[in-house]
Amino acid sequence: MNFMKFKWLYFLLSALVLVPGMISLILFGLKPSIDFIGGSLLELKFEESQSPTTDYQKTIEETGFEVYSIQSSGEKEFLIRMKPITKDDVSLIKAALAEKFEEMPQEVRFETVGPTLGRELLIKTLIAILLAASTILGYVAWAFKKAKFGACAIIAMFHDSLVMLGIFSLLGHFYGVEVDTLFVTALLTILSFSVHDTVVVYDRIRESQKRHPGINFIDLVNKAITETLARSLNNSMTIIFMLLALYLLGGETIKWFIFALLIGTISGTYSSTFTAAPLLVIWDQIEAKVKKK
Amino acid sequence: MAPKGRTRTLFWLIILISFLALVIDLPQNLPLRFSWKNFTLDTQISRPDFNFSFGNFKFKKELELKQGLDLAGGSHLVFKAKMEGVAEEDRPAALDAARDNIERRVNFFGVSEPLVQTSKVGEEYRLIVELPGVTEIDQAIDLIGQTAQLDFREQESSDSAVFISTDLTGKDLKRSQVQFDPNTGQPTVSLEFNAEGADLFGQITTRNVGMIVGIFLDEQPVSLPRVDEPITSGQAIIRGDFTLEEAKKLSIQLNAGALPVPIEIIEQRNIGATLGQESIEKSVRAGLVGLLMVIGFMWALYGRLGFLADLGLIIYGLITLALYKLIPVTLTLPGMAGFILSVGMAVDANILIFERIKEEIRWGKQPREAMELGFGRAWDSIRDANICTLITCFILFNPFNWSFLNVSGMIRGFALTLGLGIFISLFTGIVVTRTLLRTFFIKKENKA
Repeated sequence: MNFMKFKWLYFLLSALVLVPGMISLILFGLKPSIDFIGGSLLELKFEESQSPTTDYQKTIEETGFEVYSIQSSGEKEFLIRMKPITKDDVSLIKAALAEKFEEMPQEVRFETVGPTLGRELLIKTLIAILLAASTILGYVAWAFKKAKFGACAIIAMFHDSLVMLGIFSLLGHFYGVEVDTLFVTALLTILSFSVHDTVVVYDRIRESQKRHPGINFIDLVNKAITETLARSLNNSMTIIFMLLALYLLGGETIKWFIFALLIGTISGTYSSTFTAAPLLVIWDQIEAKVKKK
Repeated sequence: MAPKGRTRTLFWLIILISFLALVIDLPQNLPLRFSWKNFTLDTQISRPDFNFSFGNFKFKKELELKQGLDLAGGSHLVFKAKMEGVAEEDRPAALDAARDNIERRVNFFGVSEPLVQTSKVGEEYRLIVELPGVTEIDQAIDLIGQTAQLDFREQESSDSAVFISTDLTGKDLKRSQVQFDPNTGQPTVSLEFNAEGADLFGQITTRNVGMIVGIFLDEQPVSLPRVDEPITSGQAIIRGDFTLEEAKKLSIQLNAGALPVPIEIIEQRNIGATLGQESIEKSVRAGLVGLLMVIGFMWALYGRLGFLADLGLIIYGLITLALYKLIPVTLTLPGMAGFILSVGMAVDANILIFERIKEEIRWGKQPREAMELGFGRAWDSIRDANICTLITCFILFNPFNWSFLNVSGMIRGFALTLGLGIFISLFTGIVVTRTLLRTFFIKKENKA
């Protein structure tokens, strides 16, 4: 099949997802969790009281604490984010809520991160991403003997990262979804998955090149895609099955982590066939033009 | 094509490994109840314990899954050690002493398996404390936050067990070190006092020749040395039948008094036990549902081949769980996610191989030949693809504790389970499936 005939269509499809995400990233940025900026996170649970969370927020603020956000995190649980507070402050808040709503809330979770710690994590995370990207680039370039394979694989990899970052920026702006350490873990995992998938396609191109030295590059790429598409889809389906089960049935705490992995897997599968391969073709065409001149 | 004998050996080896893994995976006690018409079975399977001893070599292993804080519930605390008042060269010793101090206090709480680690980030010294099962930690923080009190005490009379406090305390002690006796080579513990301390210590030792001067840390005696002669130089040595370990421990305890480090809490995370329990149950259920979906999918897609891959996948699950117990891997929520993700990736090797086999058959090869070729030719892709994932695992796990990278337990748990998963999946996806294929498929074909 002549997949490469529609290569601009694939790029257009990518752009449809990427552009809104990028605009959101520039306008709104990401919503960092306390892991990165410091602060306190308190999760409480009321067995009986059914008041809206805004009522709780009002009570807490009347007690003298600034609340960044409050949201329900289960049937009876709710999450409060605020400036760093101490354990004593938690007791104060609980007492104030107990008085107002005639029920002592249960403490499910309490986390406090100092602001310096958050900044440090941010820097370490960036280093980890750059280190992973450059090592993988080096490996792919070495394994395929040509820099263009490595470069195109990395572009596809950044495509997937940007899809994830963009979607989470939108989710953060409209639904208050935060970016935490787990999101970074998901991002790094997808970096490797994306390359994993791309390598399989490239591997087939390399093999066909050896076997049929005369054929032109576009036909080679088309052939490689035809041969690997079933495998790529089937493999991604198994991973998506596992993730979907986790997303629907797993706990509340890892829900967004799994969602990030899910988006990344879908984007990674798409990009290895419909981004990485066409990029290689375009690179080859430009190379040919330059040589002619 | 591999010789028949080798395939058979491998086959039995795989059966043996799977069986061993299954035994390790069993919970300590598994009740079995079963009844059918008149037949009733009500018994309990008990897993044998792993206790061996060969001569001096003893081997004992607790085979329980270790749960991280996010699953078992508990507290994660990070303290910053304020080193301003401590000289540069004494800082590592002071940090060790502070850790020992915290450990002693945590043990006082009766916490099972507390973890106290130190780390140095830039110029900042930190103490990381994990207390599984403890969520009411106000008291714990208060107690941990106190600095240690060291003082020297005199005997009331020569055969009395009652000690009376003196004016000499930890602040008069400069530092303590482990030294070796130049004559006997025995480890000893040295004490170095400041000017005021030397003066006081001189007076005390002059008063108490032949008697015991007790050293007390937080009201508990840590050493009861007898004074041989007056020591006025400010340099004392405690001799005793110390092993090196004991001498080090004593020296650290003395330093806790000599180099007290105030600590300040900079991060705390409390996870209630119910949240953890709920997460485990949900994740296990999700994992099982996902696994069934993958098994069904593979079977539907590749028929008998897929069924063998499913067998390989089940063996993969058994071995992985057994390794978690043997290593042991502390299981966290992201760790479980890593495991579940690696199941998806484990199947990938098989899919690559099977697609290759289909292709070879399309190109006119005999099924048997196609099978062998499929395994061989898919290997390049499998290798290149998995190396990239392993690189990421390596960076996430940060095995050398590089300070410019993260050392968070959660991320490490994920990297470890994913990395282990890849290694095991390469084994089950290639060696196990191929052996099963050769054993069942080819035999059948030969008969036909």
